[in-house]
Amino acid sequence: MAQEKSTTLNQLERYHLTPKKFKLFLVVTIVIVIGLYIAAVFQTEAFPNRIIDGMEIIFKFVIDDLFPPNWSYLNTVARRLLETWNMALFSTTIAAVLALPLSFLASGNIVKSRTAYQFMRNFLNIMRTIPEVILAVLFVATVGIGSVSGILALSVFSAGILAKLISETIEAVDPGPLDAIRASGGNKLQVIAYGVMPQILPQYASYALYVLEINVKASVILGFVGAGGIGVIMQQQLRMFRYDNVATIVFLTFLTVSLIDFISNRLRGHLE
Amino acid sequence: MYPNGHQGLKNINLKINDGEFVVIVGMSGAGKSSLIRSINRMVTPTEGELLIDNENVLAFREKKLRQLRTNVGMVFQNYNLVKRMSVLRNVMSGRLGHTNTFRSLLGLFPQEDLQLAMNNLKRVGIAEKAYVRADQLSGGQQQRVSIARVLTQQPKVILADEPVASLDPPTSHRVMKDLRRVSKEDNLTTIVNLHFIDMAMEYADRIIGLRDGEVVFDGPISEVTEATFEEIYGRPIKDDDLIGSEEA
Repeated sequence: MAQEKSTTLNQLERYHLTPKKFKLFLVVTIVIVIGLYIAAVFQTEAFPNRIIDGMEIIFKFVIDDLFPPNWSYLNTVARRLLETWNMALFSTTIAAVLALPLSFLASGNIVKSRTAYQFMRNFLNIMRTIPEVILAVLFVATVGIGSVSGILALSVFSAGILAKLISETIEAVDPGPLDAIRASGGNKLQVIAYGVMPQILPQYASYALYVLEINVKASVILGFVGAGGIGVIMQQQLRMFRYDNVATIVFLTFLTVSLIDFISNRLRGHLE
Repeated sequence: MYPNGHQGLKNINLKINDGEFVVIVGMSGAGKSSLIRSINRMVTPTEGELLIDNENVLAFREKKLRQLRTNVGMVFQNYNLVKRMSVLRNVMSGRLGHTNTFRSLLGLFPQEDLQLAMNNLKRVGIAEKAYVRADQLSGGQQQRVSIARVLTQQPKVILADEPVASLDPPTSHRVMKDLRRVSKEDNLTTIVNLHFIDMAMEYADRIIGLRDGEVVFDGPISEVTEATFEEIYGRPIKDDDLIGSEEA
């Protein structure tokens, strides 16, 4: 019986799970990708031994320079962190208000004109391609050093993100109720207020919180270009080689950002 | 006529009288929905005229169109309520066409409109659910909310596009009874799409049969026989075409 089976198998044409051509294509692709990685290592001089040596230096830096943190510096750090939080809060609020009309203008089921819709979409895309640090540099140059320029930069940047996220939510709403309001003679604004808004409200709140998280982290960096917040003293203390103060900043910032993330995540969990 | 060249409706020539309860029957794809949706211009016929009170609604633009729609209420198969909104808010959204945009955006409806809405909820028997979220209600209750919404709109005409197609037979009968009762009480012209022939027989004053986009029957309920339906469906009547009696 078994003998019979194997002879018939030998006579049959062999089948391959993966076609031969595709196998070749896979191998070539993998070789090319690995080659690109190797080229990247040479260009950046990121040889493995350097990375391993770097680890040791980092370890020594943490042990010798960062420890112990200067706890008497805590008050200054706390005040700057509060400023950072306020920057994030203001800019998120401004962005949330700005993003709402923008997102309706960038939703295909609200704006019927194809050109207007495409224009808004592209506008939002461009808005989001400018990194917030660049925006901060621009605002520092125009309105001066301080947290106002940071708030402006973050508002513009996060309005772009929010508008994009919300417009996608708007496009996914149940179209039935919108039809019902149109069929009863409601105009566009009424369709938005009574058909769309109640459907998107939980996601809107959730995205706003998410953007708040992003803004808290982003506003830490903005201080480096003079746009206010914790980054300002971070850069200052780094320049003065006061690593004990830097340690305090890093520690407290880490704690605060984690706490905000945690609370925001819990709140968002309840919204969805 | 649709852009793909498929002709949805052809040679339709109907006159619907004030206060009539008309049921349109026909198989899926016969053009029932297109016919009903042409009346409030949710779809726009490419040719012909559609007169309501001697005005050709096919010529209406933006403002006139909205005005027309405030006078023509619509009930949908899927109820089309905002699920996250309270029943009362959903009912009040029927009032939007009559309400100043600015006031409506702030939710400042006149008290008499709220009275009207609550009264209509009472008429369909679900006033106690006014502050409940719409998605907490059963299908039959949701369809009653949408009837209350359409009544609060105070239209002259009600269009109902397969209003009971998503409901079970006993609930379907209750919803149809409510619909017929309120439309007679307010003397509203009502046009309903149905595909169950026994339901059509039970509730209609007049039946219009559509087949392949053409009217193949139009007459009062007294003239309708089983042969009429066989003509409309183009085949013998089967059990599937019947929803069954109320006790079912």
